[in-house]
Amino acid sequence: MSSPALAAPAIFSEPLLRTPFHERARALSQLDSFIAWNGYTTVDVFSTVEQEYFAIRNAATLYDLTPMAKYRIAGADALRFLNRLVTRDLSKLKLNRVAYAIWCNDAGHMIDDGTVFRLAESEYRLCAQERQLDWLLDSAIGFDVQVTDVTEHSAALALQGPTSCAVLKQLGLNGIDKLKPFDIGPFELGGAQITVSRTGFTGDLGYELWMRPEHAELVWDSLMAAGRSRGIRALGSRALNMARIEAGFILPNVEFVSAERTLRTGRDRSPFELGLDWLVDFNKGHFTGRRALLAQRSAGTPRRLIGLDVEGNKPAHNALVYAARSGRTQIGAVTSATWSPTCKRNLALALLEAPYVNVGREVWVEVYLNTELVWERRMCAARIVDKPFYAPERRRLTPPQDY
Amino acid sequence: MSLRADYDCIVVGAGHNGLVCASYLARSGRSVLVLEAASEVGGAAVTREFAPGFRVSACAHLLQMMPRAIIDELSLTAHGLKLAAADMPTVALSADGASMNLDRQGLRACTPADADAYEALSARLQRFARALGPMLGRTAPRLGTDSRAEQLALLRLGWQIRRLGRRDMRELLRIAGMCVYDLLQENFASPLLQGALAFDALLGTNLGPRSPGSVFTLLYRLSAAANAGRFAPAQPQGGLGALSNALALAARAAGVTIRTDAGVRRIELEKDRVAGVRLESGEAIRAGLVISSADPKTTFLGLLGSEHLDAGFVRRLTHLRTAGLAAKLHLALDRSPQFTGLEPEALGGRLLIAPSLDYLERAYNHSKYGEYSAQPSMEITIPSVNDPQLAPAGAHVLSAIVQYVPYSLAGGWEHGKQKLLKLAVDHLEIYAPGLRRSITAAQLLTPADIETQFRIVGGHWHHAELALDQFLMVRPVPGAAQYATPVDGLYLCGAGCHPGGGVMGTAGRNAARTILARAA
Repeated sequence: MSSPALAAPAIFSEPLLRTPFHERARALSQLDSFIAWNGYTTVDVFSTVEQEYFAIRNAATLYDLTPMAKYRIAGADALRFLNRLVTRDLSKLKLNRVAYAIWCNDAGHMIDDGTVFRLAESEYRLCAQERQLDWLLDSAIGFDVQVTDVTEHSAALALQGPTSCAVLKQLGLNGIDKLKPFDIGPFELGGAQITVSRTGFTGDLGYELWMRPEHAELVWDSLMAAGRSRGIRALGSRALNMARIEAGFILPNVEFVSAERTLRTGRDRSPFELGLDWLVDFNKGHFTGRRALLAQRSAGTPRRLIGLDVEGNKPAHNALVYAARSGRTQIGAVTSATWSPTCKRNLALALLEAPYVNVGREVWVEVYLNTELVWERRMCAARIVDKPFYAPERRRLTPPQDY
Repeated sequence: MSLRADYDCIVVGAGHNGLVCASYLARSGRSVLVLEAASEVGGAAVTREFAPGFRVSACAHLLQMMPRAIIDELSLTAHGLKLAAADMPTVALSADGASMNLDRQGLRACTPADADAYEALSARLQRFARALGPMLGRTAPRLGTDSRAEQLALLRLGWQIRRLGRRDMRELLRIAGMCVYDLLQENFASPLLQGALAFDALLGTNLGPRSPGSVFTLLYRLSAAANAGRFAPAQPQGGLGALSNALALAARAAGVTIRTDAGVRRIELEKDRVAGVRLESGEAIRAGLVISSADPKTTFLGLLGSEHLDAGFVRRLTHLRTAGLAAKLHLALDRSPQFTGLEPEALGGRLLIAPSLDYLERAYNHSKYGEYSAQPSMEITIPSVNDPQLAPAGAHVLSAIVQYVPYSLAGGWEHGKQKLLKLAVDHLEIYAPGLRRSITAAQLLTPADIETQFRIVGGHWHHAELALDQFLMVRPVPGAAQYATPVDGLYLCGAGCHPGGGVMGTAGRNAARTILARAA
């Protein structure tokens, strides 16, 4: 392994970085509601959560993805390295394709999930919610591979929503409608060379646009101008969170804590507990955590992440889940909750003890309500349901319909 | 390739631990093949001719730690092990010629005030050594398991310490993490005595007298000696290679096949389980168990490959401290050397250049920065005094360990080696005037040479530094500390395992017992 000879990234010296889209975001921010994400300041809410949410499902949204940790993985052993890192078989990943993947520590507990982009024969990009360089470098020992943190060298935007394809077409991205889900393609936008992947975190039709930081404002401005007639809005993290719950996607530090960062025993989560069994391929050869995961599989999974349909319309944030209305036997807890305006259902993701997990079963959720500073506790019936809660056909349709 | 196994077990490396392990496995009915990359058995316990007619123990040069149990159970005496000298005296050399014999009479003569304190401390440390010794001979217990056997093993260790009585137990717990500098300052006045006693704590380690944990290494050495029932070193007739030859004969008598010039290139897996090995020659040999006496980094990162291991395990392995800090000096002398103030019969003993604690600390300081000291510390033997066949008639061999010679020399070994050789000889000249003129051939092995010649990553005799954080249930690393490894069918049996190296053989014996117990 050769160590990357890089100047120290700015994140080492700056408490909070601004993304290349910061000036544009600040101009549109009506609430000055910014949050820290991965060392960057990003927008939580621009105007109202509801407006932004409806733009995801009915129009188009622009979301600043730059803080995603991005790693360039290149070298003769790039594929061998990645296949030893993640639990699924990436030897099947073709050029210009993206795969969702997870990686575990030695004990078979989740460190993070992310997307792997195959950009060249032996060049990949790994995108993750959290910074992973130390784990990647540890994993590179013994492999002919260069792992480079390119987070600061690349700007990224998620363009999501039913009119997203039309917006890009209007900007002259010829062939964008041929891009199938998880495809990658090179395009030109306003004179800038960008990479577009048909990926996203909303479970809807949408794209992610990858560009050099100096092209960031040009791309943003072009998209905003072209999208005006198609209802484009800047999107903050809060509304995105509603969409990702509807899509049944998990978030680190919400559905699980990264296994190398937990302090207490028993807080690590296995991919089986998080319902990611389909991402674990025991037939591809060795990968980190494989032996532990085999043992987990034969020992059985103590709990499972499931979807809940909760009665009423009050999101069951941080709620405990019980086997019966009496509230005597706690069987788990809600990890994420939202009222879904599209499904008109009160949704939650919850981690429940395995014996109680079967689809259709009724459980009870303890919801705390604040009605004008008066708190009350409500036991709400909830039903275990299949995920994703919302999966429109258009997310997969190629070419996408014109909205 | 046929799927039938050629052997039950393949042992990688015919060092003493590999041979011991192979013998015990064969004696329990396993078919065992030992594969050795070198042309002779013995690993770092070999006798080599370094100049025409001059033979020397090429790496390890004294025998002290091998338990009686191994010598007896493997009938090593019947297989030719003979001692040219037992209970070798230790002499602390002084540049002014006022050397001190480290025994009752020597101390009474040189530093009467320290003599009683020495006996009291020796007696106490011996009690500690006897309490701790048994733990070396057993597989290190694991922490955090529900296994009764493991819990019992921990209890037994606690009981051994508790049984020392309140006063001794308190003292053991007080000194166990201390530095040997403080312990010796508390007890003795004579710098020469302090230096000589500290030397035993520091030999073969990356510690100076003021490094925390240097009492631990002293207790380790004493415990191993207590297990061996040998409180002073011995010298096998024919050098350490003769011990290895006896071990090889014992192994063959037990049914072991030994092949030399058969270096293993790769440990081969099938369905994530050991299937055998592939040799440098390309030959494949199948076996259900592979037991490696090679150092942990060679075994896992070299022979197996990190792609077959988890990333966290590999990280722990790379953090294992494996850099050696001792060089080996061999001199061919055309006559008997004259050490100032030493009777000729004292030359059959162990001569130490460790005149004071500060001397040792200063010598150590340089090593931290990739340098060696102009005032090195040495353990000198003249094995031809006890064993004349090692040199032509009238001539002698000097074998010395030169302490605090860094594995990576600032500026590189290419130019540094001749300088160090000259410096070491000049330094010996202070204690043995005229020695230089009697030298007909010289050889210096730096830790980097020891690495290449004996195939030990880092050139550390113990394969991995002996320290509290690399001992017992964390030696060499968690996940491989009970001889079994994360890979089904792959075991370790070398000095990198509990309880470490030092021509002891206990790691090999413990490993064999673990393997046999698992199969039972």
